[in-house]
Amino acid sequence: MHNRKNISLILVSVFILSFIAGIFVYEPFWKTFSSFRPWGLGLDLAGGSYLTYEIDLSQVAQVDKDFVVGGLRDVIEKRVNLFGVSEPRVYNENTASATRLVVELAGIKDVKEAIKQIGETPFLDFREVSQEGTSTVSFLPTELSGRYVKGAQLQFDNITGTPQVSIEFNSEGADLFAELTGRNIGRPLAIFLDDELVEMPMVQEKITGGKAQITGKFTVDEARKMVERFNAGALPAPITLVNQQTISSDFGKDSLDKALFAGALGTLFVIIFMLIFYRSLGIYSTIALLMYVALALGIFKLFNVTMTLAGIAGFILSIGMAVDANILVFERMKEELKRGVSKTAAIEEGFRRAWTSIRDSNVSTLITSGVLYFFTSSFVRGFALTLFIGVIVSMFSAITITRTLLRVFVKDKKMDTPNLVVPQTIS
Amino acid sequence: MDVIAKRNIFLGFSGIIVVASLIVIFVFGLKPGIDLIGGTQWNIAVKNEDASEITIKETMLGVSDREVMVKTASDGTYIVRMLDTSEELHQKYFTALISKFGEIEEKSFSSIGPAIGSELRAKAIWAMILVLFGISLYITFAFRKVSRPIQSWKYGVSTLITLFHDVIIPTGLLAVLGQIKGIEIDTNFIVALLVVMGFSVHDTIVVFDRIRENIFLSRGKIINLKDTINFSIKETIVRSINTSLTLVLVLFAMMFFGPSPLFYFVLTIIVGTIFGIYSSIFVASPLLYVWDKWSTKKSA
Repeated sequence: MHNRKNISLILVSVFILSFIAGIFVYEPFWKTFSSFRPWGLGLDLAGGSYLTYEIDLSQVAQVDKDFVVGGLRDVIEKRVNLFGVSEPRVYNENTASATRLVVELAGIKDVKEAIKQIGETPFLDFREVSQEGTSTVSFLPTELSGRYVKGAQLQFDNITGTPQVSIEFNSEGADLFAELTGRNIGRPLAIFLDDELVEMPMVQEKITGGKAQITGKFTVDEARKMVERFNAGALPAPITLVNQQTISSDFGKDSLDKALFAGALGTLFVIIFMLIFYRSLGIYSTIALLMYVALALGIFKLFNVTMTLAGIAGFILSIGMAVDANILVFERMKEELKRGVSKTAAIEEGFRRAWTSIRDSNVSTLITSGVLYFFTSSFVRGFALTLFIGVIVSMFSAITITRTLLRVFVKDKKMDTPNLVVPQTIS
Repeated sequence: MDVIAKRNIFLGFSGIIVVASLIVIFVFGLKPGIDLIGGTQWNIAVKNEDASEITIKETMLGVSDREVMVKTASDGTYIVRMLDTSEELHQKYFTALISKFGEIEEKSFSSIGPAIGSELRAKAIWAMILVLFGISLYITFAFRKVSRPIQSWKYGVSTLITLFHDVIIPTGLLAVLGQIKGIEIDTNFIVALLVVMGFSVHDTIVVFDRIRENIFLSRGKIINLKDTINFSIKETIVRSINTSLTLVLVLFAMMFFGPSPLFYFVLTIIVGTIFGIYSSIFVASPLLYVWDKWSTKKSA
């Protein structure tokens, strides 16, 4: 028996590790420990919205495309952050034919409002006023618009206390503004927001600093919203919503509970099957299986793998496969024992000989999950990822853990000399 | 059990089911889901007693004359299907339904543009092809050391045919279900087929691996391929069935107790896995034999 002490040491550490993983995974057990990294639940379980926008880049020069798309993502990210969604995700998804932007909003209540605000471009522009006679007023559009706004601030009038929006132009905008005010001294200048006249202040002098105030008649809330939108910036390219998936949080919770129950039940079925069919050997595979569940879930949680319904399904499927390697090894051991080999030798031989088929079948599942991961988008990806990790961890549990368990706990009844294994030939 | 001697019966049985599946697929066709062709699926819960498939449909037709289909789901909620819907129209429908029926809970809403649908379809087809060939090539590679009497690529091609068999049968079932119950082929279904390929090949590998080992052990002797294959099947049949059985147990738990959106996903995998057990024993190895016999006859 080689290095029994070392083997026991490995076994004890794996046990402790699985135990820690178990506590970390099962939250009610010890909240302070397990909550240092909470579960990342996908939209289909936590409830929320998955929005896909198509970006219209037809007006953008080829060289500027990356820049515009990056800027667009930043602007939308800022806008989304305003809703107070926990960890919103905004990312690009490029295909050969289109450039898309995906926005994931978890646990959001008012999707309608969110969609409205994401797509909304606050359009601010200044217009010159020409007055003929006393009654007819016409507005002449100018070049100065919200595009040149660098930042905005909420202020309150010193005397009346009414909210004001103070905006600052960038250098280009400041020049335009100086020219515009210089041309209109003593005359009114109209400020339009989303095509509606907000204000028509009288220009006292040429303003060169690139700052302007909009006083209008807004409430504090309206003014604040406007400031936020200006600061978030205007969208550099038009976007259209092409795909929307919204799931209510009740629906998600229900699915999650059912999936967890089915997973636990499935695990129980597998354990019962292994105990009935392989008796005492089944006990070892049960221990290894439970450790597998704890370790795999621990990895998902530690590395913040987003758990979607499909992802959980992938993991549950991997439970059904995790004992496959055990079955192959146990069957092989039975064969070796029939040939009159000692128990301990049968264990070593069983693992050695079953290895090629275990390897080949797991590689084929890894191929499948790899293809799934690279060929699909977010929802299916969770499935592919959990299946992939599950297969790798299960190889560790079914081979390393089970073998160590058997090496430590199975002893030969009498001191028999190890038989030489002579390969039988088939005629 | 002499599988090789009765190979014509086993292969014939598979052949009939595969042909039947193909006929069903071509006659009935497959109903693509909204994620593959674009469209809207809207799941709402209406408390009002007056609500029915007909009244909901009427209310919605009052908003726009676009075609809508309303169905009652198993949990008493309503599922509305229509072409892909802008957010603006969605809100119009929503407001109209609220003013008619009062409180309405929106369980889920998904609207997918046709462009995304066709893209997903293309990706799905590519993924299928890649998995089929990826696995077959891997088998060819893994069995490269056994070239006599069966070349390793023959293991690969036999695997390919077996995989095709395991995938075409659940597809046929879905075509029938599509015709009877209106079940649709969606992304989940395609994922399920890919999973079936990855899993069902496990048992095939176990048998092939044993054939490989037995051929290897009897190197230098004249190999009786028929006996070697039969013997290998006999030696591995229990473990082939058991490895799939543990998966089937888990799948049954998921089908009957798991969340309803996964029902057909799980059903597809179950059917594929069960036929996968059959094919790894009664299709893959006999194919290997038939092929070898055929090519030796040809060269003789």
